[in-house]
Amino acid sequence: MEGDIAAMGQFIGAGLAGIGSGAAAIGVGHVAGNFLAGALRNPSAAAGQTATLFIGIAFAEALGIFSFLVALLLMFAV
Amino acid sequence: MATDAHSDGSSLAFHPMDQFIIKPLFGDGDFSWYTPTNATLWMALGILAVVALLVLPTSRRALVPTRGQSIAELTYGFVYKMVEDVTGKDGIKYFPYIMTLFMFILTANFLGLLPMAFTTTSHIAVTGVLALAVFLTVTVLGFVLNGSKFLGLFWVSSAPLALRPVLAIIELISYFVRPVSHSVRLGGNMMAGHAVIKVFAGFAQVAVISPIAIAGVVAIYGLEIMVAFIQAYVFTILTCVYLKDALHPAH
Repeated sequence: MEGDIAAMGQFIGAGLAGIGSGAAAIGVGHVAGNFLAGALRNPSAAAGQTATLFIGIAFAEALGIFSFLVALLLMFAV
Repeated sequence: MATDAHSDGSSLAFHPMDQFIIKPLFGDGDFSWYTPTNATLWMALGILAVVALLVLPTSRRALVPTRGQSIAELTYGFVYKMVEDVTGKDGIKYFPYIMTLFMFILTANFLGLLPMAFTTTSHIAVTGVLALAVFLTVTVLGFVLNGSKFLGLFWVSSAPLALRPVLAIIELISYFVRPVSHSVRLGGNMMAGHAVIKVFAGFAQVAVISPIAIAGVVAIYGLEIMVAFIQAYVFTILTCVYLKDALHPAH
C-alpha cells in the first residue's frame, strides 16, 4: 500500500480538476441566459447575433475542456 | 489521446478509452508512419463522404435541384454566409479553405458517431494539425497583408498609455494560446462525449440499472449528434474570427 499515495494523489487531483467543468457550465449558462434575456427584448436583432453567441459559448467552454484535459492527463499520462 | 490501454483496476468489461486506440488495419504488430491504420481509414472515408455529398450531386446541375443538390447548395450557402458575415467582403477569397475545414470536421464528427467507428477528430494529433495550420496561415497572412501594422493587434490604442504594455503581454499570450484552445476544444469535446457513451454502455451490464443506462446512451447519443455539428461550426467560425484579425488588425 505504500506506493499508492502517488496514485491516490492522481485520482484526487483528477477529481479536483472536475470542479472546473462545473465552473465552465456556470459560464456557459451565463452567456446563453444573457443572450436569451437580450433576445426576448429585441427579437428582431437576435438572429444576427447567434454567431456571437456561439463564439462566447466556445470561449467559456474552452476553459472547462482544459480542466477535463488536466484530469485526463493526471489519470492516464502522469 | 490515450493510445495506451489501462485495463487494470477497472470493473467494466471494456475500458471507455479503448475506442481511441490506433490499430494497424492489416495484421497486428508495430507500425511506422506509412502503415494504414484505422485513423487513415476513417479519414479517407470522411473525404469520400465529402465527395459523395458535395461533388457528385452537383456534377449534373439542374435548374430544379434534386435532394442531393439541395443539400450541397444549402451547405455551401451556409458556410459562405458565415464567412461573409464574420470576415466581410475581402475574406471571401479564403472561403475554399474554410469550406474544406468545415466539411472535413463535420464528416469526421458524424462518421465517428456510427457504431464501431473511429472518431479521427477525437485525437489531439489530428485537431492539433488542423489548428496549427489555421494559426500559421493567419499569422503569415497578417504579416504579408499588413506588414508591421499587424503588430497593432497587440497594442491596444484605445487603452490608457500606462496600461498598454501590460495589455500587450496579455494579448500576446492569448494569441499564442489560440491554437491550443482551438484544437483542444474540438478534440476534447469529441473524446469526452464518446467516452461518456462508453461509460453508460458499461453500466448496462449491471442488470438492475441497465434500462436506465441504455436510455442514457440514447439520450447522450442525441446530444452528441448536436455536439458534432456545433463543434464543427465553432471551429469554423473561430477560424473566420482569426482570419478577420489578420485582415483588419486594427484593435
